[in-house]
Amino acid sequence: MNIIITGLITGSMLALLAIGFSLIFGVARIVNIAHTAFYMVAGYCIYVLSVKLGLHPVLGMLIAVVVVTVFGLLAYKFLIDPIREHEAAVLIATIALAMIFQEAMLLIFTGDYLTVSALIEGYFILFGVKIFYQQVLTFGVVLVLLAVLWFLLMKTKLGLAIRSTAEDREVANLMGMNDSQLAMITMGISVALAGFTGAVIAPLTVLSPYMWMEPLILMMAVVVLGGLGSIKGSFVAAYILGFTEALVVFLIPKGAFLKGSVALSIMILVLLLRPEGLFGIVFEEER
Amino acid sequence: MVNAGFYLKRFYTIVRGEVLVLPSRIIVALFFIILLGLPLVSQNPYLIRVVILTSIFAILAASWDLLSGFTGQMNFGHALFFGVGAYTSALLNIHLQISPWGGVPLGAVAAVLAGLIVGIPCLRLKGTYLALTTMAFPIILMGIVFALPDLTGGELGISGLRRLSNSLLGNYYIHVVAMLTLCTIMWKITDSHTGIIFHAIREDELAVRASGINTTRYKLLAFCLSGLFAGLSGGLYAHYMRIAGPSTLEVSMSFSVVIWAVFGGLATIYGPVAAVFILFPLLEFVRFWPEYRALIFAVIVLIILLYMPEGLIHWVRDKIEKECPRCKIRNVATRNTCRICTAALD
Repeated sequence: MNIIITGLITGSMLALLAIGFSLIFGVARIVNIAHTAFYMVAGYCIYVLSVKLGLHPVLGMLIAVVVVTVFGLLAYKFLIDPIREHEAAVLIATIALAMIFQEAMLLIFTGDYLTVSALIEGYFILFGVKIFYQQVLTFGVVLVLLAVLWFLLMKTKLGLAIRSTAEDREVANLMGMNDSQLAMITMGISVALAGFTGAVIAPLTVLSPYMWMEPLILMMAVVVLGGLGSIKGSFVAAYILGFTEALVVFLIPKGAFLKGSVALSIMILVLLLRPEGLFGIVFEEER
Repeated sequence: MVNAGFYLKRFYTIVRGEVLVLPSRIIVALFFIILLGLPLVSQNPYLIRVVILTSIFAILAASWDLLSGFTGQMNFGHALFFGVGAYTSALLNIHLQISPWGGVPLGAVAAVLAGLIVGIPCLRLKGTYLALTTMAFPIILMGIVFALPDLTGGELGISGLRRLSNSLLGNYYIHVVAMLTLCTIMWKITDSHTGIIFHAIREDELAVRASGINTTRYKLLAFCLSGLFAGLSGGLYAHYMRIAGPSTLEVSMSFSVVIWAVFGGLATIYGPVAAVFILFPLLEFVRFWPEYRALIFAVIVLIILLYMPEGLIHWVRDKIEKECPRCKIRNVATRNTCRICTAALD
């Protein structure tokens, strides 16, 4: 039972992060290493707003998401957009960005672990396992977010534009879609997703300036496993890896050390059989 | 006596004709002379230590460039080779009492094997998939290291290794000479027939395969060569620091390698070396401001990249030299005509 809950929570978190990451990769071919750093920043924003300033947590979360999105757009406009042509340089720029966020948080809040109080206190007992309301809430919010995102991508004009740009940038451009504006919007959505993830996860975990490293790696594993640019793939892969992690932690002695290793080994095994990931589309080779 | 004079004169002619004509070659020559002559000027242990560590990381950054810069196989898990080299030579030294002189090369051999293990599954992957998959390998190994604390020392690592030499100067010369030789070898490799094939694989793998070249073999070769040099630097690091810890396998280690190499300029070998020699001491010398260190580092990297997205060394080189439009030979930027074919330079 514990396994299921932990798996669901980790999986949901990974799904949100991975979808944001693969969105911006699909549309703009940007590998945004700083993606999880935005998630960390969102966590800290909530801490400041709700614990330090005493705002209502829900309000704090919304403001945090907005703040993070603005950060993301600024970073895109001034740091990533000017060097879009040089893929390696973009990569390094996002790594440097993540480091800057980490160090800034380290300076402002020191390296101490901080906690954010849960939105709803209390728990109920199901089959002898404590389930906190916060966990249920987090899972619910994630499902709602995923539904909204699905609607946005599949049913609106903007979604169509995003999907077509991801499929073939040049043709989409010829059809009159403003490529750079679209990249900007996608960056906004992607960072906002990271922000939301931070917002719903913050009460369940401890905040530290290094908290972006671990999800970053798992998120990348999810994205690769599910297939780059495939939302469905990211979703399925996130839960696969989430449950694997939970299983390893609860069933194998010293599992906490091995959880990353096992999850990543699964990713490599799957890639050996299907190099483009579970649901990946084989991209036309870009020359 | 006459003979010596003859060779001296010939040496002088070569130096004047081949080295002094290009500012970049003068800089490289000065770099060799300054590094080899540094202990004559100062024997400050702290300075020596910084230069030794810089040299070790220069080998690592150059080996990344050999694989990812030249062959275009983006490797985000270069710390794997470094860590395998470090742990292998450390284990051999502690448990089997093998001297570092044997342990470091054996560590490099282990890293070559690691290169094969990573390389074979990764042959089918390309671009971003490859980058993200390779990133996983050092983390997997790190999990194993933590899970076997009896053998690997877990979080604390293996400490109490023997150094290569006990004297300050001995250590300095071993590491600096190793760096200069290994980097020259790497540069020679990239300049050879094999290097051209590596370069071609990055530009257009399909075309290379169509020309009847077994790209699989060359890609594996690139993984092994890169692993070899990175393993050597890992072994040197373990024996110099006298500890092989999990920090050698960290994600941040892989990232720093990428940062160094891209900052210096990809596919040059000397670019990453120069970048390490600029960035690493810089990071050391701002240690009087410890809390801002990493922040300053990241900001500098970001700003330099905004203005020179090709990398620092490419940018500098284009400023001080220009290429002859006819014979593609490089000339000093101040010249009006090419030094070989006398075509007008623009």
